[in-house]
Amino acid sequence: MGQLASALVIVIVGVLGCACYFYGSNFLLDKLLPSKNKPYDVVARNLRIAGYIRPWLFLGPAFLALGFYLVYPVVESFRLSFFGRSGEVFVGLSNYAWLFNSDEFYQAFKNNMLWLIVVPTAATFFGLIIAVMTDRIWWGNIAKSLIFMPMAISFIGASVIWKFIYDFRSGDDPQIGLLNAVVVFFGGDPQPWITLPFWNNFFLMVILVWIQTGFAMVILSAALRGIPDETVEAAVLDGANGFQIFYKIMVPQIWGTIAVVWTTITILVLKVFDIVLAMTNGQWGTQVLANEMFDWMFRGGGDFGRGAVVAIVIMVLVVPIMVWNIRRANAEMEGR
Amino acid sequence: MADVKLTNVKKVYNNQVEVMRDINLDIKQGEFIVFVGPSGCGKSTLLRMISGLESITDGTLEIDGQLVNDIPPAMRGIAMVFQSYALYPHMSVYDNMAFSLQIAKLSKEDIDTQVRKAADMLQLTEYLDRLPKALSGGQRQRVAIGRAIVRKPKVFLFDEPLSNLDAALRVATRMEIANLKESMPESTMIYVTHDQVEAMTLADRIVLLSAGNIEQVGAPLELYENPRNVFVAKFIGAPAMNILPATLMQAGEGTNIQIHSQQAVWVPVATPKNDEQAAVSFGVRPEDLFVVTEGEYLVEGEVAFIEALGEATLLYIKAFGCEDMVICKLSGTPQYKRGASIKLMTKPEKMHLFNTIGLTYRNRV
Amino acid sequence: MVQSSKRSPLTWLVHATVLFLVVIWTIPTAGLFISSIRDKDQLSVSGWWTALSTSEQRMVTRVTVPKKPLQEDGLYVLTGNVFEDNKQGIVTRFGDSSLRPSEFESGKVAELKRELTLTVLANGDYKMTSPKAFSSRGKRIFYTAEIPPRFTLDNYREVLGSEGLGKSFLNSLTVTIPATIIPILVAAFAAYALAWMQFPGKALFIAAVVGLLVVPLQMSLIPLLRSYNFIGDIFGVGSKGYLGVWLAHMGFGLPLAIYLLRNYIAGLPREIIESARVDGATDFDIFRKIVLPLSFPALASFAIFQFLWVWNDLLIAMVFLGNNPDELVLTGRLRELLGSRGGNWEILTASAFITIIVPLCVFFGLQRFLVRGLLTGSVK
Ligand SMILES: Nc1ncnc2c1ncn2[C@@H]1O[C@H](COP(=O)(O)OP(=O)(O)OP(=O)(O)O)[C@@H](O)[C@H]1O
Ligand SMILES: [Mg+2]
Repeated sequence: MGQLASALVIVIVGVLGCACYFYGSNFLLDKLLPSKNKPYDVVARNLRIAGYIRPWLFLGPAFLALGFYLVYPVVESFRLSFFGRSGEVFVGLSNYAWLFNSDEFYQAFKNNMLWLIVVPTAATFFGLIIAVMTDRIWWGNIAKSLIFMPMAISFIGASVIWKFIYDFRSGDDPQIGLLNAVVVFFGGDPQPWITLPFWNNFFLMVILVWIQTGFAMVILSAALRGIPDETVEAAVLDGANGFQIFYKIMVPQIWGTIAVVWTTITILVLKVFDIVLAMTNGQWGTQVLANEMFDWMFRGGGDFGRGAVVAIVIMVLVVPIMVWNIRRANAEMEGR
Repeated sequence: MADVKLTNVKKVYNNQVEVMRDINLDIKQGEFIVFVGPSGCGKSTLLRMISGLESITDGTLEIDGQLVNDIPPAMRGIAMVFQSYALYPHMSVYDNMAFSLQIAKLSKEDIDTQVRKAADMLQLTEYLDRLPKALSGGQRQRVAIGRAIVRKPKVFLFDEPLSNLDAALRVATRMEIANLKESMPESTMIYVTHDQVEAMTLADRIVLLSAGNIEQVGAPLELYENPRNVFVAKFIGAPAMNILPATLMQAGEGTNIQIHSQQAVWVPVATPKNDEQAAVSFGVRPEDLFVVTEGEYLVEGEVAFIEALGEATLLYIKAFGCEDMVICKLSGTPQYKRGASIKLMTKPEKMHLFNTIGLTYRNRV
Repeated sequence: MVQSSKRSPLTWLVHATVLFLVVIWTIPTAGLFISSIRDKDQLSVSGWWTALSTSEQRMVTRVTVPKKPLQEDGLYVLTGNVFEDNKQGIVTRFGDSSLRPSEFESGKVAELKRELTLTVLANGDYKMTSPKAFSSRGKRIFYTAEIPPRFTLDNYREVLGSEGLGKSFLNSLTVTIPATIIPILVAAFAAYALAWMQFPGKALFIAAVVGLLVVPLQMSLIPLLRSYNFIGDIFGVGSKGYLGVWLAHMGFGLPLAIYLLRNYIAGLPREIIESARVDGATDFDIFRKIVLPLSFPALASFAIFQFLWVWNDLLIAMVFLGNNPDELVLTGRLRELLGSRGGNWEILTASAFITIIVPLCVFFGLQRFLVRGLLTGSVK
């Protein structure tokens, strides 16, 4: 409890601190560059200078935090990728050379590509289907809410949930994992799903799809509702059936949103490591880049050079989406 | 003395779009000035430059004899009423009106008396505790005006304050604004509108703008009777003045012109000799035209279209040799047939003559 | 169109499909919850979907041999109940060896080797007789019993206490609360500046924020770990601690916060801001008195995002808070339990449920804001 109290104190101190900073710096600025009861040219000059400075007072903390936590690390990671274990000895390209000759990396990269193809596609697909269907039933909102729910669950929590589903008992013991129970019920042989080579990747992906479908559904459902009714009605008058309306009228109109959803999930996939860490820790051929990077950070006391190299690979994969995002945001702002 | 003086004021957006060119304007204390002009001509821009919300690219702006180009809005002694009311949605009517006074750190009692006084004046007292969203459009606009009043500004600025109201409310609120002006003869008011009726009824002087220029400044009737150029002539008055192409036949004290494919007309204005044979424009307002069956006439044509409005009838006449229809406004409901041939005449003092570049020949004889 | 298709078979198909999908999506969580309140012995032998039915379990117990042997008619006698600690059930069969665990029907007297006899009654009472004294190590009794469904909060009691989840829960709160609230303020100021103030480089800054939205966290870990160590050395304190985690979460949450809030704040009516300016409000006043109250929906949606994200985070907590059991947050603890208690589902399910209960409450309580935030964040 004492700890929680101290957390609350921190909140109050933090908020007050922020408030004091903003209030104080503005106050100081106004004091240093007064604009009341002064000759015209002084007022005009002071106001002009204050006008230059004030935005930076507002932006300052965010600027520093973004710089320290996101910008500097990107640059520094790049630098570290040319250095040795502890980041002190320059080793040139040898980390990269190691990377491209490492089976482990090859495996992780291959798996990651698999994730990148399967998860965004499946989540977007299910999200779209569910969005379309829930829009036309009266209990659609309840359904949406339940399908959206996994979004609130941590990756590690989700991993436990699904590990339980994939649980495997050898021999004739009753299966307490749902999946194996179903398999047995239908007369199949129970399987140790998580260690099943190659296919185990997909069983891990299921978890992320389970989490992300709700996200896709929510956004696509809003986009679907934004489709003008007239277009659908016109198609009905033209004699199109439900599926034709869906594929030929609705989907083309929300391509933009589908792309946004798809890329957002893609980004997430690149960052996800919790699931792999919790389910297999990369064993049985399930390694992915993010987990591999984490691994190298701590393995045998940590090899920062190699970890940084893997991080750079992840970053390179993200860059195209980043550029696309910035373009989109710029276009949007000009349209405003 | 809350004079507003603009000298050679210019506005350039983004270093390229010049939207105000060289504006010179002298506004006296206590005047009610209306800016009118077609959409996009820069009325709002000019008003916002006076308010300080928009910077002045070049030239000077003085309020009360004080240069204020670089002074922020709050220190210029102005108050502004916006088209969309711009009430603070999360504050009660009272707080909306008290906001500027609280910022100025007045005492609670002072704030209270001033807010209540303004509310009283605008009949808002019973709504003081409501949020803006619980008010009608007219009430919201009154709150916006009240918010301006409590600051006791030297200059009131209105940017199309009535255009979000329906027709009936607009008339009522217009009168309220007229009353407001009456009760505060000391304050200067600058009012932007594209509604002629508002301009004509409210203004002491109208400033007619077009494409970043001032076309004419003057009392409403002066603009109506003595437009400085074709643009003003066409803009003020509805339906707009008929402009007929003509050739100046004989210049001098009193001028003979030949309206194209129509009659030769004597116009009682003085023209310089140099302009003989120049292409000029002859102007006459629809309401100044009347029908003649014999004798002298101005134009002849066919009735192409008739609009009976009840108190008046508009005849659209296809005049020979004129591209645009000539409009004639007759009182009552005279009976005419489409296609009927008709001759129109006007009184000499109602004739307007504009030179080749559209400026009025001002010297009447 | 919806009207006309109301009664068509397609509509039924839609209902059925959605129902099917909803069931698939909720069953994993439901299973976890049900399992977490089941008796741990039942949990390990039968699936959670059988939780309501009487289960037939094969169990084993070891008879307890008292210090003072009881004698009856010249025979040594041992009595007791196979169901220890007041559990209930009906014994159907029993046996004395693991090879034939259900050799005898309950109630029968089994004649065993060395003139031993054993009876187990349906209610679990057993009686064992022997001509010789019993060795101090009791024999095992195997029995099959029908156990009625049992629900209990024991699992929760255990994980909250001895497994240290209670402490972790507090740790999670300690990390989450400041890491949610503080970035909001910082981001809101920045968002206001980006929306309503003029300064050179504004467009560039906005583009940078959009770009940083997608920078993978992994990029930052190594450089930050080094920086933290470095800073820790300078001040002679450990590099791991709450302050570092709070700040890290703030840094990583800022791009989304600024982006969401800027979009919202820039969408506020321009005339309201200008009106305030004419009224004499400074930028600081406008921010505090106009923009902040009007941006409540956006602030709420970001707060929810950040809360869920911080509460559910494992990576940052692992890297910057360390693995000291006193400081483990819930996610970290759960991961540790997955390693150390991998087979003990009663512990894992209860722990997992404790870690997800708070986000779930937040989710269901404030879903409206969450959806709104998602929409401003992604579609325009
Ligand atoms: N921020 C800006 N950047 C560039 N051009 C602008 C900007 N604001 C206005 N303009 C241009 O300046 C001109 C004048 O605009 P202004 O709003 O003053 O017109 P207005 O007379 O008030 O029109 P309306 O009657 O429609 O309100 C317009 O052509 C407009 O396109
Ligand atoms: Mg305007």
